[in-house]
Amino acid sequence: MATSEKIVVFPGSPSPDLARTLDLGGHRWKAATSPEEAAKSEPAGGWMGAIIACDADPEGAWAFARAIRKRDNPVGAVLVLVSGAQLGDLEMRDDLFDDFCLSPFHPRELEARLTHLFSRAHGPMRPEVVEHSGLALNLETYQASFNGRPLDLTYMEYELLKFLAQNPGKVFTREMLLSRVWGYEYYGGARTVDVHVRRLRAKLGEEHANLIQTVRSVGYRFGQSRWGS
Amino acid sequence: MLSQQRDYVLRTVEERGVRLIRLWFTDVLGTLKSFAISPAELENALEDGMSFDGSSIDGYSRIQEADVLASPDPNTFEVLPWVDSKTAEARVFCDIHNLDGSVFDGDPRQVLRRNLDAARAMGFEFLVAPDIEYFYFAKPGPDGVPVPLDQGGFFDLTTTDVSSSLRKETIRTLETMGIPVEYSFHEDAPSQQEIDLRHTDALSMADSVMTFRMIVKEIAAMHGVHATFMPKPLERVQGSGMHLHMSLFEGDANAFFAKDDQYNLSPVAKMFMAGLLRHAAEITAVTNQTVNSYKRLVPGFEAPVHVSWARNNRSGLIRVPIPKRGSPSATRIEYRSPDPACNPYLAFSVILAAGLRGIREGYELPAEADANLFEMDDTMLDKLSITQLPQSLNEALRLMESSPLVQETLGEHIFEWFVRNKRHEWRQYKTQVTPFELDRYLRSL
Repeated sequence: MATSEKIVVFPGSPSPDLARTLDLGGHRWKAATSPEEAAKSEPAGGWMGAIIACDADPEGAWAFARAIRKRDNPVGAVLVLVSGAQLGDLEMRDDLFDDFCLSPFHPRELEARLTHLFSRAHGPMRPEVVEHSGLALNLETYQASFNGRPLDLTYMEYELLKFLAQNPGKVFTREMLLSRVWGYEYYGGARTVDVHVRRLRAKLGEEHANLIQTVRSVGYRFGQSRWGS
Repeated sequence: MLSQQRDYVLRTVEERGVRLIRLWFTDVLGTLKSFAISPAELENALEDGMSFDGSSIDGYSRIQEADVLASPDPNTFEVLPWVDSKTAEARVFCDIHNLDGSVFDGDPRQVLRRNLDAARAMGFEFLVAPDIEYFYFAKPGPDGVPVPLDQGGFFDLTTTDVSSSLRKETIRTLETMGIPVEYSFHEDAPSQQEIDLRHTDALSMADSVMTFRMIVKEIAAMHGVHATFMPKPLERVQGSGMHLHMSLFEGDANAFFAKDDQYNLSPVAKMFMAGLLRHAAEITAVTNQTVNSYKRLVPGFEAPVHVSWARNNRSGLIRVPIPKRGSPSATRIEYRSPDPACNPYLAFSVILAAGLRGIREGYELPAEADANLFEMDDTMLDKLSITQLPQSLNEALRLMESSPLVQETLGEHIFEWFVRNKRHEWRQYKTQVTPFELDRYLRSL
């Protein structure tokens, strides 16, 4: 592994165990307290990867993960450290990390995961276009189209549609969508989700508005249900 | 979140080949203002704002400092659907700041932001859904007399087709810009249309109303037709209103709903209505800001005249619609006096402030007035202590001037400028000799 490349670590003061494991593994790393700080101290070639420990400040950790993933040049290899009680937080956040490790961790397991992760990060990238019944979302350029015609969306409309289209057939509650698409800091409540779904349906046009279905007293589903209802 | 939104906007401009970005903002009278920048300037504009000379904007002028900053709100970035995609253009709404970064007092959008913050501090989010009426006319001739596109609307198929296809195209464009439409129809009056928007938070809705007026006029103009939001363009038919459906949400619960109440209205809803009724007269200059507005607020045309409320009485100022399927989240009140020529940022602000005042002070809601108020004489109305809305801009301004509530809500700068500007409008109007007078007096006196 090329040791000239750097890993960014969250939080700003990582546990002594984590620091020691990284040092012993010969990794060059730098801790950051915020996405802004991570951007400031970023090496010219970009961060090779990120290790995000969720145990102390889970909200801050996921906000950090979201920020480094949703920026213009997302960090490619992200490993999160979660405690057993936090395993549920991983659900529906697949786009925010590439691998995880249970904390407290065994140093050799963490090292093995990092080696595997970074070797893969240099390999072929994940698919960059999400497609579903005529809808195409290019994850790299942020552009959406429907049957080849551009579909102009605001940032939050795009993020919501992307999340739904990446998980077709699955029913989401408003609360789930709010926490996974908007993140924690958003004020406005679940009503916000309804408003954005309506705007998306309006933009998709009458014939395609039913791509996003209302599941009464539960939430929303993109595309057909898995059981073909 | 903000920096991701900026990235998204910059990326979209690049990918869609947007050539011009129109920075939109609103003057104190509610006229949409705009200047365009190139994509190269956009990043800087998103970061630091764009400075411009505010002295030419109605209500922005100040004595010492003329330059202000337009700070784009990246959340409102939209590609304009009616511009050829080869020369794509986009718009973004702006907040106006002073050069030192502080809030500019003359900016109506920031007045609404400030009032929404006050609601938020009480735990409330303010949701609004307007029903907007307007007329299509053939391009006005030299005599300025409006000619409806269809006379009566129900018989002449071909011209009705023109206005209904205009309306359909308008709705398609609105929806493409993320403004969902609830209903639309041809109103009773010749060439009058109504489009009802689906509710959203008040700031987005004020932006949507500005966009709406622009789109309606733009699409009409493309077809050689003139669309107008003038409150009362024709004498003998009803005018154009902008009824506002409103509710407050507390988290995910509708704070207006109460299961065990006979009207399904919570104490919060009743106090809000009481506040709105008690302060209705003093906020009317803002919700109905033209000389012409008061020609709509007369008996006989389904426009409110009296300060009253009822469930299903369209002569009242506040109506409490019965929600579909009794759904708690659809519980709302409808405020019926505003017209579509108002400044939506300021109108939403004074309405919200009046309602919140009612909640803070625990006002009591008067009894429902379910009889036809137009059939009652003054003594009966007095007995029910039902008052009237102001009958002219002059009267409305007098009530507004002595209202600490309106002054506080709009802020010193806008309050003072608005009153001065509207006083001037009234003085000009007062000196007019009208066709009515000539017709009635020239020969007989």
